[in-house]
Amino acid sequence: MHELGVVFHIIDDVTEVGRENDLTNIQSVTLQLGTVSAVVPELLTDCWKWAVKKTELLKEAELIIEPIEAVSHCEDCLTDFDTVANGKICPNCGSGNTFLLRGNEFMIKEIAGN
Amino acid sequence: MDAVKVIEIKKSVYESNDREADKLRAELKAKGIFLLNLMSSPGSGKTTTLKSVINKLKSEYRIGVMEADIDSDVDALTIARETGVKSIQLHTGGMCHLDAGMTRQGLDELIDSDIDFAILENVGNLVCPAEFDTGATKNAMILSVPEGHDKPLKYPLMFSICDLVLINKIDVMPYFDFDMEACKKNILMRNPKATIIPICAKTGEGIDEFANWLREEISKNR
Repeated sequence: MHELGVVFHIIDDVTEVGRENDLTNIQSVTLQLGTVSAVVPELLTDCWKWAVKKTELLKEAELIIEPIEAVSHCEDCLTDFDTVANGKICPNCGSGNTFLLRGNEFMIKEIAGN
Repeated sequence: MDAVKVIEIKKSVYESNDREADKLRAELKAKGIFLLNLMSSPGSGKTTTLKSVINKLKSEYRIGVMEADIDSDVDALTIARETGVKSIQLHTGGMCHLDAGMTRQGLDELIDSDIDFAILENVGNLVCPAEFDTGATKNAMILSVPEGHDKPLKYPLMFSICDLVLINKIDVMPYFDFDMEACKKNILMRNPKATIIPICAKTGEGIDEFANWLREEISKNR
């Protein structure tokens, strides 16, 4: 939903790290993106391609997205299940007493450059 | 050519904004300024609600309003014309939310006119503004009756970060399949600490209660 905004945040953050490490060219930026993070990878990549052209350090930087599959946990039957397929309802016992274990991450993992 | 270096960062994309927001919140507290971030869908009645509550509170506080929109200045003009308080328009340049940096820029302009209660009317959107902490002292949102009582289930993050949920347009409840009790239950399931006030910005119902909530929160912040 807010891919362009977060692209600007990512560019600011990695530019700072790039400068601290005396990089003159960042070749790639790797993100970890949960499948229920409300961010669409294709849109993120489109915004990225547009926005990096306006920078010095990231002109040619490729965006690598590592997906993190969403998993929820049921507090009643204590099983873990696929969040995307089942939502909040446990497919094992039908309980709604569940919470997300992982899958809403949106992390900058690493950058590569010289 | 130098060898390629890989630098591990491992931090959330939202982390720098969260830090910036905490800093802004602390600075505002030190200056004795209360900042309310008001969010909702487009058309839920943010501007009308603000108009009603500002007219009740403007003799007690020095109020300033920041209207955030993708384009136009209709909201800022409405607030200025119908309440007389200082009102500025922020354009997000196509973006769907305000972050702490943009909020600070807007505040710098408002604070010039010596205010102690600032209101940020965020971009109409139930998704993105919830992800970005603006640095506000308190977060509030409006859910209007025509949107339906299931919205807290569909947009859980928005409801879970709000200190106050106003349920607006209660005058049209008979015409919609809106279940007030189910709505309250859905909100409290996401956020047991939320204060919920049903209002009608048009008739003024519930606006006194909203004004009292603000008075109490402003005094707690001092």
